Amino acid sequence: MAKAVAVTGNQAVAEALRQIDPDVCAAYPITPSTEIMQRFAAFVADGDVNTILVTVESEHSAMSACIGAAAAGGRVVTATSSQGLALMWEMLYIASGMRFPILMALVNRALSAPINIHGDHSDGMGARDAGWIQLYSENAQEAYDNTIQALRIAEHMDIRLPIMTCMDGFIISHSIERMEYLKDEEVKDFIGEYKALNPLLDIDNPKTIGALVLPDYFMEHKKAQADAMGKVKAVVLDVAERFGKLSGRSYGLFEDYRLGDADITLVIMGSAAGTAKDVIDDLRNRGIKAGLLKPRLFRPFPYEEIADALKGVKAICVMDRADSSGGYGPLFMEISSALIHIKERPVMINKVYGLGGRDFLPEHAETVLNELAEIANTGKAKTFKEYITVRE
Amino acid sequence: MTTPLVLKELSKKEDLLTGGHRLCAGCGASIIVRQVLMAAEQPVIASNATGCLEVATTIYPYTAWKIPWIHSAFENAAATISGVESMYRALKKRGRIQRDIKFIAFGGDGGTYDIGLQSLSGAMERGHNILYVCYDNGAYMNTGIQRSSATPLGADTTTSPVGNVQPGKTQVRKDLTKIMIAHNVPYVAQASPSHWKDLMTKVKKALSIDGPSFLNIISPCNRGWRTATNNTIELCRLAVDTCYWPLYEAEDGIIKLNYTPKEKKPITEWLKPQGRFKHLFKPDNEALLKKVQEDVDKNWEAVLRLAKGQ
Repeated sequence: MAKAVAVTGNQAVAEALRQIDPDVCAAYPITPSTEIMQRFAAFVADGDVNTILVTVESEHSAMSACIGAAAAGGRVVTATSSQGLALMWEMLYIASGMRFPILMALVNRALSAPINIHGDHSDGMGARDAGWIQLYSENAQEAYDNTIQALRIAEHMDIRLPIMTCMDGFIISHSIERMEYLKDEEVKDFIGEYKALNPLLDIDNPKTIGALVLPDYFMEHKKAQADAMGKVKAVVLDVAERFGKLSGRSYGLFEDYRLGDADITLVIMGSAAGTAKDVIDDLRNRGIKAGLLKPRLFRPFPYEEIADALKGVKAICVMDRADSSGGYGPLFMEISSALIHIKERPVMINKVYGLGGRDFLPEHAETVLNELAEIANTGKAKTFKEYITVRE
Repeated sequence: MTTPLVLKELSKKEDLLTGGHRLCAGCGASIIVRQVLMAAEQPVIASNATGCLEVATTIYPYTAWKIPWIHSAFENAAATISGVESMYRALKKRGRIQRDIKFIAFGGDGGTYDIGLQSLSGAMERGHNILYVCYDNGAYMNTGIQRSSATPLGADTTTSPVGNVQPGKTQVRKDLTKIMIAHNVPYVAQASPSHWKDLMTKVKKALSIDGPSFLNIISPCNRGWRTATNNTIELCRLAVDTCYWPLYEAEDGIIKLNYTPKEKKPITEWLKPQGRFKHLFKPDNEALLKKVQEDVDKNWEAVLRLAKGQ
């Protein structure tokens, strides 16, 4: 019988990390992810885990120490947010280029300036090209479940890539929700023993890690990395299936909500999807065929599967909780890429919402859905990209 | 089994950095690495900051290293090795590894004095069982001789060039060894490959101590110093005998001078063979040359005072 608890997202992820009991954790405090490491430090202090906690002097050193620890040959985790992830930027690419399955709990927060500590997806979106697998969560339960599934995905012998499990800062990280924990031994069995590949600590078989690779071999390295990324989707689904049997909770590459016969659809990621689902229900009760698609796996992006799911929809609004300044929102760009190959494409619009923790309320979802209903009727959009809930 | 520090015995030890690497003839870095690794009695795992040593020894698919080795980036050799060492402790704690292994980070002065200072400081403060070795050639040699905070006063570099109104580097160098002593770590020392026995003794001491240690080692670069390729060791000896590079150590905070030149040579003897200081001997730069000597004297006196416990 699973244990039902009322906890914050940070607490849930810290609990997952305790159950994982990684070999090394190197981290640096930053709002809103700090609580994860505070709680984890308490587990270390109480002997609840056997982890060596490396309390580094910066996020750059956090990721550097994670890389050193992973190269040595063991299970490594960290957590960060926002500026912390930005400071790690250089090392993110090195972690993935070296193929280390490091697990990072990313508590999404806006990037400065202006400085702001609240939730949006700017940090995670900024790292989307860094070669990390990214899973996004709607609530504390998903954050916990994704954390546990993440290791099996990252450490899979076909993959060996780092992974970030993302949850919205404050909205998920600091809100108390009812959720269920797995038992310690269930988690232990599920993640299994770590299998080291070419560990530095194998003194008798010395390896050079991080050699200089010139134009003669560089592309082969990057192609091998891209090929591994290409295998992630299948592993995510396989791990989700096994996790479903264990927990009774089902996961896919994305969640489709009342999408089957939908004319109008929101594509929305993270906590705001929960808000939007309520509004979709209201509209359905009024006879409007509205649906929702919530991406879970953002990297690699499941283009074909999402295109298939969105086939037949007349109008789509992609809701971005981040912007690519001077371009469309990052999620919009992916969804448009996904739909480029289908014959009868829906009309697509892009709304930027919730930056720096700006509330996203049911009425906002409703306004957008009403606009979509009009677009579905006329076949025409007035504006393709717009910031919503902003003062004039 | 301990190998005594006599050449006959040491010559029987395997070189852990093989020949065939692509460092320049006369490069100080490879000599230093070989002396350091030869002094180690236990298996060593090394990290390396980006720089000449890293690029020239590991051009894929080749490597000159016969020990496990990792390079991840420029500013983080200390943080990277601290991660390796942490995993070692983690796996030891879980009984998955029994061997006694030592951990050494190598970095040049750019990767240590400048961009890597924070990472080094953090790793030292955290008390990892690591030895950090800085090979100090006094500039960013790998990118083409740009000034660093280790570049001596007056040196001609590509970013502190000698021009019509500027006589090379106008600032004095940072004293990293003292900064490391201020970290209150168990062992900090300065060494020179010319005094190999002293250098190797210091490595042995550093590796025998439980906790972090730091070695700052002078490393001639004939490209940057504008010197011949056959006088590396002589230049090191001159750096020591002019008291530009005092050989001293701080063991648990107690400072000891390891070598006092019989006759303190004028700094000009070290400067003269180096093309990067050529302009200092022009009449116009007489005052600057005097300042260079004064600066060396001041630092030497300071080390003497510290060694006397003052």
